[in-house]
Amino acid sequence: MTTTALSQPSALVESTEPVILNPWQLAWRRFRRHRMAVISLIVLVLIFAYIWLGGLVFARGTCVPIDKYVTGEAYANCNDLSIKLQPPSLAHPFGTDTIGRDILARTIYGGQISLSIGVFAAIVEVLIGVLVGAVAGYFGRWVDDLLMRITEAMLIIPSLFLLIVLGKALGGIVPEVEILGRALSGSVVVIILVIGFTSWMYLARIVRANVLSLKELDYISASRALGVSDARIIFKHLLPNTIAPIIVSATLSVSGAILTESYVSFLGLGVQTPTASWGNMLDSAVKYIQSAPWLWFFPGLLILLTVLCINFIGDGLRDALDPRSTRHV
Amino acid sequence: MLNYIIRRLAQAIPQLFLISIVLFMLMQAFGDPIASLGVRTPPRPADRERLRRQLGLDQPLYIQYLSWLIGNDWMKIDMDGDGVPETPGKRLGVLRGDFGNSLISKRPALELITERLPNTLLLMITVEVVIIIFSLMIGVYSAFKQYSFFDNFVTGLSFVGYSIPIPLIALLLMYFFSVNFKNWGLPYLPTVGMFDPQVGRTPGQIALHMILPVLSLSIISIAGYSRYVRSSMLEVLGLDYIRTARAKGLRERIVVMKHALRNATLPFVTLIGLDIPFLFAGAVVTESIFAWPGTGRLFVERTAQSDFPVLMGILMMIGVAVVIFQLITDITYSFLDPRIRIE
Repeated sequence: MTTTALSQPSALVESTEPVILNPWQLAWRRFRRHRMAVISLIVLVLIFAYIWLGGLVFARGTCVPIDKYVTGEAYANCNDLSIKLQPPSLAHPFGTDTIGRDILARTIYGGQISLSIGVFAAIVEVLIGVLVGAVAGYFGRWVDDLLMRITEAMLIIPSLFLLIVLGKALGGIVPEVEILGRALSGSVVVIILVIGFTSWMYLARIVRANVLSLKELDYISASRALGVSDARIIFKHLLPNTIAPIIVSATLSVSGAILTESYVSFLGLGVQTPTASWGNMLDSAVKYIQSAPWLWFFPGLLILLTVLCINFIGDGLRDALDPRSTRHV
Repeated sequence: MLNYIIRRLAQAIPQLFLISIVLFMLMQAFGDPIASLGVRTPPRPADRERLRRQLGLDQPLYIQYLSWLIGNDWMKIDMDGDGVPETPGKRLGVLRGDFGNSLISKRPALELITERLPNTLLLMITVEVVIIIFSLMIGVYSAFKQYSFFDNFVTGLSFVGYSIPIPLIALLLMYFFSVNFKNWGLPYLPTVGMFDPQVGRTPGQIALHMILPVLSLSIISIAGYSRYVRSSMLEVLGLDYIRTARAKGLRERIVVMKHALRNATLPFVTLIGLDIPFLFAGAVVTESIFAWPGTGRLFVERTAQSDFPVLMGILMMIGVAVVIFQLITDITYSFLDPRIRIE
C-alpha cells in the first residue's frame, strides 16, 4: 500500500516534467531491455579488447629459429618446428600449431583479420546493396527491371560458389598491402571485396521495397515539386527513413561475413598464410582431429562467440530500431 | 498457370546466360590449367602449345565460350599449328548436352559430375528429411509449451545453432563421436569417406558414414527452422478458427495436429524449397571435411586445378536446379494456399 502511495506522486512529477528523448535515446532504452543483446555487447567489447590489446601482453617471446626476442605479429608468425603440436601449457596457453607457432598469439592476430574482414565486407555489402536498392526503387521502370533481374541472376548461384570462383579469379592479383602498419596478404583485400560483392542482394531487395513504399508519400511529392534533385531526395529523404533495416542487416552481415570467411579460408581459398585468420587456423585441423584438438578448438570457439554476440546485438537492434517488426526468434 | 511458367522461364533463361558468360570470363583468370596438371604437364614448350590447341585454349575468349555453349562442330579448327584450320570440331556444346571434357582427366565433364551427383543427392535428401522432421517436431512442441524450460532452452540453442561455423560443428561432432567414443571404448562413428574399403560399399556402411555429415549439415538449419515453425504456429493458434475448433469440443491433439499444423506449415514449404541451393553450398564445406565423394568436393578439387569445364558444368546444373526449384516452390504454394494466385 505504501509503495503505491509513494510511487504515484513520483509518476505525477514525471508526467508534469516530461523527459524528451530523441529517437536514438528511445532506441537505446529499448535496446537495454534486450538482456542477451546487452550481455553480448559486453562480451564483444571484451573480445575486441582481447584482439586489439592482447598482442601487447601475450605476443612476445624468443623466436628460437632466428634467435631473437620478437613481439607482436612477428611472434605469432614465428614457427619453431622443435615445439610443433604441443598441447596447451604455461608457455603456450592455447598450445602450438603444426609448424610450432603459438596459437594464442595467432588467435589474436587472426582475430584482427577476421573481424576486419567482417566489418569491411559488411561496408562493401551495404554500399552496393543500398545503392542498388535505392536506385531501383526510386527510378522504377526499366532501371528497376534491369537491376532486379541482375539481383535475381546473382541469387541463382549460391553465394559460396560465386565466392570461390571470384576469389580464385582475383586471387593473386592484389599484391601484399600495408594497412595500419601491418603487412597483409593481398588475399585479405580480395576476400573483403568478394564477400561484399556476393552478399548485397537481400539488402538491395529490402531497401528497394522500403523506397518503393516511401516514395509514394506526400513529403516526397512535395520535395519533387520544390525541385529537389533526385540524389538529394534519395540520400536526404528516403534513405534516412530506411535506416533501421539497413543497420540491422549491416550488423548481421558482419557476422555473416565472419562465418563466410571461415568457410573459404577453411577450404584453403581464403586468407593465405602466414597471415592468420580464425578461418584458416581451422584449415589443417581435420588431419589432427585425434592428436591435437587444441588446433581448432580455440579459433572455432572465438568465431562462434563473436558471431553469436553480433547476432544477439542484431536482434536487439531490430527490437530497438524497428519496434513494429515482429520477432521471429 | 502455363503462362506463368513460360514467363518465369523466359525471365530465367537470359539470367542463366548472363551468369554463364560472367562465370566463364572469371574462369579465364584462374591461371593456366596446363600448368596445374602437375607431373603430367608436358615439359617441352612445343608440347604444351600442342596441348593448348587440342583443348581449344588458344582460341579467343568468345570462340571458347561459343564452343562451350553451342559446340564447334560447325567450324574447322587448327590442330597442327600451321595457322590453317583443317580439323572439324567435335564438341556439341552445353545446349546439346555436351559439357566438354575435363582438362585434367580428359573424361567428359558430365560423366565426372553425374558420377558424384548421386552421393551428394543422397546426403542432401537425407539432410532435408531430417531437417523437416525435426524442425516440425521441435517447433510445434515449443509453440505448444510456449515459454516453458524446453522452449527457452531451444530458443537459446537455436541462436548458437545459426552462429556456429560448419567446420566447427563438424570438428566437434568428429571429436566427440569418433575420437572420444573410441577412447572410452564405445562403438564410434567413422569420420571420413563413404564406406570402409575393407568392408565394401554396403548400405549399412554408407548409412554409418552419413551420420556425422548429416548431423553437421542439419543442426544449423533445424535451429533456424524450428523457430520459424514455432512462430507461425503461435500465430495460427491465436486465430478464431482454432478457438472454434476448441469450442466445439475437439481434442487438443486434433486441434493442433490437424487444424493448426496444416496452416502453420504453409510458409515452411517456401522456406524448404528456397533452401535447397544453400544446402548445396553447405555441402561444399561438409563434403570437404568428411571427404564425402560428392559434387561439392569435386568443385573444390577442380577449382584448385582450374578445370573449368567441370566447374561450369556444376555451376550451371545448380543454376538450372535453383530456377526449377523456385518455380516448383511457387506453384506448390499456390496449390496449398488457394488465396495466392499466380498470374
